[in-house]
Amino acid sequence: MLNIDCPWCGKRHETEFRYGGEAHIARPEDPAKLDDAEWAEFLFMRTNTKGYFAERWLHSHGCRRWFNVIRHTVTHEIVGSYKMGEKPPKLPKSAGGAK
Amino acid sequence: MVKYSIFTIARNALTSHKNWPKQWRSPEPKSSYDVIIIGGGGHGLATAYYLAKEHGMRNIAVLEKGWLGGGNTARNTTIVRSNYLWDESAAIYEKSLQLWEGLAQDINYNVMLSQRGVLNLAHSLGDVREGVRRVNANRLNGVDAEWLDAEGVKDFCPIINISKTARHPVLGATLQRRGGVARHDSVAWGYARAADALGVDIIQNCEVTGIKREGGKVTGVETTRGDIAAKKIGVVAAGHSSVIAEMAGIRLPVTSHPLQALVSEPIKPVIDCVVMSGAVHVYVSQSDKGELVMGAGIDSFNSYAQRGSFHVIEHQLGACLELFPIFSRVRMMRSWGGIVDTCPDASPILSGTSVEGLYFNCGWGTGGFKATPGSGWCFAYTLANDAPHPLNAPFSLSRFESGALIDEHGAAGVAH
Ligand SMILES: Cc1cc2nc3c(=O)[nH]c(=O)nc-3n(C[C@H](O)[C@H](O)[C@H](O)COP(=O)(O)OP(=O)(O)OC[C@H]3O[C@@H](n4cnc5c(N)ncnc54)[C@H](O)[C@@H]3O)c2cc1C
Ligand SMILES: [Zn+2]
Repeated sequence: MLNIDCPWCGKRHETEFRYGGEAHIARPEDPAKLDDAEWAEFLFMRTNTKGYFAERWLHSHGCRRWFNVIRHTVTHEIVGSYKMGEKPPKLPKSAGGAK
Repeated sequence: MVKYSIFTIARNALTSHKNWPKQWRSPEPKSSYDVIIIGGGGHGLATAYYLAKEHGMRNIAVLEKGWLGGGNTARNTTIVRSNYLWDESAAIYEKSLQLWEGLAQDINYNVMLSQRGVLNLAHSLGDVREGVRRVNANRLNGVDAEWLDAEGVKDFCPIINISKTARHPVLGATLQRRGGVARHDSVAWGYARAADALGVDIIQNCEVTGIKREGGKVTGVETTRGDIAAKKIGVVAAGHSSVIAEMAGIRLPVTSHPLQALVSEPIKPVIDCVVMSGAVHVYVSQSDKGELVMGAGIDSFNSYAQRGSFHVIEHQLGACLELFPIFSRVRMMRSWGGIVDTCPDASPILSGTSVEGLYFNCGWGTGGFKATPGSGWCFAYTLANDAPHPLNAPFSLSRFESGALIDEHGAAGVAH
């Protein structure tokens, strides 16, 4: 069970949250300009990092707000959470392969 | 290869079973191969076997970073069925089920296929409509399927609770009588032994760390046991597919998640079929040893750790006890997890890539054990001919660009 730090409510059990997958996938500025390969990239292709990973969580049974978390996908260590639009926290020194 | 039969068992009994030969060799890797398969799970080993058997290729290696079948192949709950909704899926899973039905004879290895019948429960009117639709779709595709009402479900599986006052009452179920379970280890070992007998080199403790390319074409792999050249590479690495794709600069629509399962202490025979419920998130069968084998849905978050969160197990056991109150005092013995490679449309990818000679077989997610023979058979064809077989052509990577997705969330979903 993960203990996740909501930037508004503090540390809560994973069961209060919903997962939102990879963070920082920007909506296309001009959707009409995208070709099929670019749409596939935006909609479906995912980085699926083995290592430190930036991901979105929704505090669905709490403040109902979205935020980002940096978590290691092998150890499940959580480095920190940050609000949408904020800069991610610094990664530990050993961090390899983080995206 | 020593042919396994009752006579070989009797003969070996005379020497107290001390003289059985090794089931496969453990050769040193050669410097080059025509085809390298990355991943020694069931799918990778089946691919190598069919490459040798159906396509006459011999210079093949299977590279496995750990031990054979130590990935999802040996961690899954072994449900085998072919009652998927769409034509494309029904075709490939049914091909697979037909191969299962002859597999023990074909590879001379008891894979313990037990066609005991698989029920998929319906708990709401929506589920009922969807189930009946799937039965009709299956029949049109030549896949055996029946619809049972609640009483029919109770007849087929007497210990199930069909009380109307249950939180999620059982309103009916689809039944595939040819579905059932098989023995996971045997599938990996049987394919390994049969492939080895045809000259395939099976190399364990050999992790691929890089994909070598020249002019947009693969030339070989870097491994923890040195570089090995290859004309073609088939990646069959399940939860680690994205990691290998990244080595070759390829993007996949796959995400890796924990999927957990658990078994109870062994008890007397109590359930002789497989029961699955996508709506209340649980499925159950009983192993030959008497353990109840149960599983549920994936953990929501990305992970490469072969473990998940406890609340997922709690949730699935809650659902299980409502369906089977008789299990309330059974103790659970072990739980474990695998890393499954889920795809946005809950369908697999068997496909070439933008790198010439590099092929991926992945995205089977929570439900690829049943597909092991068919997946290997199609992927071998694809590797041998540098073109997909009609059965796996719809499962190309390009469907994510064309939009021709094969949405099997209904038939796959939590169900395996
Ligand atoms: C708990 C659980 C329950 C399941 N239940 C069912 C079920 O009831 N029915 C069903 O049909 N399916 C089920 N599945 C899904 C099924 O297990 C998989 O889809 C299927 O076994 C995948 O087979 P595979 O051979 O592709 O993968 P694996 O058996 O995972 O093999 C992949 C292999 O690749 C190796 N590898 C990875 N990276 C490298 C590298 N760099 N170099 C060398 N080797 C590498 C791994 O070590 C691994 O052995 C379940 C899965 C889990 C986890
Ligand atoms: Zn909150």
